[in-house]
Amino acid sequence: MVRAMPSPTTTAPAQDTVAAPDVAALAAGTAIFGTGGGGAVYTSQIVAEEALRANGPVPLVSVDDLGPEDLVILMSGIGAPTVGIEMLSSSGQIELLVREAEAAAGRPITTLMAAEIGGSNGVGPVGWASRLGLKLLDADGMGRAFPDAAMVAMNVAGVPCEFSVLSDVVGNVSVIKTVDLHWLERHARALTVASGSICLGVHYPMTAETARGAVVEGTVGAAIRVGHALLSSSDPVAAVADELGGSILLTGKITDLDRRTVGGFSRGSVTIAGTGADRGRLQRVEIQNENLVVLEDGEVLVSVPDNVTIIDAETGHAITTEMLRYGQRVSVLAWACDPIWRTPRGLELAGPRAFGYDLPYTPFGGADR
Amino acid sequence: MTAPRDLSIGVDVGGTNTDAVVIDAAGTVLAHTKQATTEDVTGGIRAGIANVLAVLEEDRSRVSRVMLGTTHATNAIVARRNLDRVATIRLGAPAATEYPPLLGWPRDLADLVLAGSAMLGGGHMVDGTPITPLDRDGILRFLDGLQDVDAVAVTGIFSPSTPEQELEVADLVREHLGPDARVFLSHDIGPTGLLERENATVLNAALYSVARSVTEALVTVVAEEGLDATTFFAQNDGTLMSLDYAAQYPVLTIGSGPANSIRGAAYLSGADNAIVIDVGGTTSDLGVVVNGFPRESTLPREIGGVRTNFRMPDVLSLGVGGGTTVDPGSGAVGPGSVGYRISAEALLFGGATPTLTDAAALAGASVAGRTLPRQRPATETALRAGLERAHTLLEEAVERLSLGRADLPLVVVGGGGFLVPDDLPGAGPVVRPDHGDVANAVGAAISLAGGRADQLAPLEDREATIAQVSEAALAKAIQAGADPLEVVVVDVLETPVSYSDRPTVKVSVKAAGPLARLGERAEAR
Repeated sequence: MVRAMPSPTTTAPAQDTVAAPDVAALAAGTAIFGTGGGGAVYTSQIVAEEALRANGPVPLVSVDDLGPEDLVILMSGIGAPTVGIEMLSSSGQIELLVREAEAAAGRPITTLMAAEIGGSNGVGPVGWASRLGLKLLDADGMGRAFPDAAMVAMNVAGVPCEFSVLSDVVGNVSVIKTVDLHWLERHARALTVASGSICLGVHYPMTAETARGAVVEGTVGAAIRVGHALLSSSDPVAAVADELGGSILLTGKITDLDRRTVGGFSRGSVTIAGTGADRGRLQRVEIQNENLVVLEDGEVLVSVPDNVTIIDAETGHAITTEMLRYGQRVSVLAWACDPIWRTPRGLELAGPRAFGYDLPYTPFGGADR
Repeated sequence: MTAPRDLSIGVDVGGTNTDAVVIDAAGTVLAHTKQATTEDVTGGIRAGIANVLAVLEEDRSRVSRVMLGTTHATNAIVARRNLDRVATIRLGAPAATEYPPLLGWPRDLADLVLAGSAMLGGGHMVDGTPITPLDRDGILRFLDGLQDVDAVAVTGIFSPSTPEQELEVADLVREHLGPDARVFLSHDIGPTGLLERENATVLNAALYSVARSVTEALVTVVAEEGLDATTFFAQNDGTLMSLDYAAQYPVLTIGSGPANSIRGAAYLSGADNAIVIDVGGTTSDLGVVVNGFPRESTLPREIGGVRTNFRMPDVLSLGVGGGTTVDPGSGAVGPGSVGYRISAEALLFGGATPTLTDAAALAGASVAGRTLPRQRPATETALRAGLERAHTLLEEAVERLSLGRADLPLVVVGGGGFLVPDDLPGAGPVVRPDHGDVANAVGAAISLAGGRADQLAPLEDREATIAQVSEAALAKAIQAGADPLEVVVVDVLETPVSYSDRPTVKVSVKAAGPLARLGERAEAR
């Protein structure tokens, strides 16, 4: 079976389950896929480990494995991270979501999918699938982390979101059917605020047919492999870059950090001065929650939708934008985005101009990769 | 005419040594000693205080204050020793029920500490809306079902913004279990971050007896010596609290060891802003003093395997110490250390293990008046490479803490201080103060009294909120012993909160001031 893997260098067989011992690697990998955002993974990691220990491994399936009876839905948290660390979800919230989603769809949900593989939203669905007795699709909606719910591959592919369901900590449930994703964002935001600024939601019910070509495939397995490479290699930085088929653009230290919070998003830039073999070079990474653009000598080296993660130069662990500190020894890791983001519609939604940068997009690593 | 009562004794109870110093009002160290820490704590404190008092002779009557800092609470958690059994009540169900109390704790520690847990109705949303009504009956039923419990920890969702409900529950518990029931409330312990705050509250409750044993040891020794002195505990942020307060909030003493070391070293060097490096046998611990206070870490901290979120000094530990081994082949540094066996195992002392101390001696440092015996050329090459590597690690660490300010003095203390060269790149002038080996006890002796508070509020109420939170922080500082006339707000931190119907900010305020003078009542004017 041939599967679309973002990692062309890997020949290892795809894994068909996710078990408790995989979660640490998954969490380390999703942090890399967070491209600077996606939130902290620690809490999701321990609760997912507990769930898998209690309920056993979750089947990890590809789009090709799905049958006509299967129905996939995305599950994710939505709301303010500062509230999310205090008012955590209720144990009944995910059952409510699935029950209402099944009523709205008129058929059983069989499979969960991560909305974004980057950060905590990439880890949570494993535990949820385990507790609900559902399969997990080896795919996600972004192949990384993005700040806007409209920046999903299904939107690029023109697959509409038939309905969404939100549930809050108290047990309120809302089924939302909107004319498009922008209205969904508006309604979901209002409901989330009414719910105390944090909700869980399911979105985008999909069959095998609608999912094919409309999701970013192989990303759960890829995140686990990246995490294993990171945790087990004696040279984790090189191992992570190899596993992703990416490159280390620069290794150095953070010499300037200009970061502020605007409208709940962290914005600014970080300057990294090369050390060792890279001495004398200087790169600037532009940040809006995620790492968006890498510049050197006035030239754009990488930009969204391609992926940039700043990692610890020794351990290889991802450093989220809010954890960047002056003087940190870091490596700038870049790798190519999923091809769906390089389509005209993909670039319109998540290219440099979508983030306010008046730059043409140059694919990182070339189209031959 | 009576003699001035201007002397303070600072005591630091570490895992290995108990240090004591006497300083006068001008900050001069009049006496200092290092004694072995004893199992019962009291013995070490007794020996330390007796030793410095002997130096003072008749001037002992000038001692008016005794301040103590300790890593005892940390050690009790790490060693799982003498911990109390805690019942924990979380308010806010059904919210947060996906994440039960003590999630992620090491199993043995959880088994030792947890007497029972309940997630019950109550709690508030970010805007103050109740999540569910307070389940008073559920609380009473839970209390009735408990056995073998020493203390109750109460954590309400968003209690740092809405503390009234935790206070109501504390009253309920005391009504039901008796007025002496020990109840600990999360809003007293930490900021938003439910699991970390709850963890810290449970740890705090579990440490009550441990903290009590240290406060009682101090009171006992002070009474034995017939000192007419007020006693204080040092806390994580370099400020002091009264003994009663310390017994109630032992978790706030957990970082006092490094905090005292950082402040004491800076003080001895005469700098208000400095980078401090304490080079021991196994590690170098670096910290930063900003306007006299240790800079704090914003990251969650693990203590004994438990994640917590209370404020701790921002300390960077490196595996570079006097006893750190140097590979005789490659010159690789560490991670091993010969530790306290250095006087038997290092080359300098006739042993067979190359260490960084040997590397420094080879480079010309004077260590214990010894010179390094001749080594094979390969070993000498390795030692030179090792020292160079150690200097690079130190340089990187200093640079990381300096945030680009190359002019900050670098204050070097600790037995391995000779590993830090006088011309470390990226550092300002290197200062090696006298009495650096008892910097932690000095830090305890010079601490201020402080308090902090935080709260979420709508942006348009920002100024009123800052005033209100400042008031609460000032009150906490005064409660901790600060002079009401001199206490000031030293730090205001605002963090915006997204995804609210109206812009919201989190306001955190810290207040501090010198201790109220003894025997004088502050006159309100």
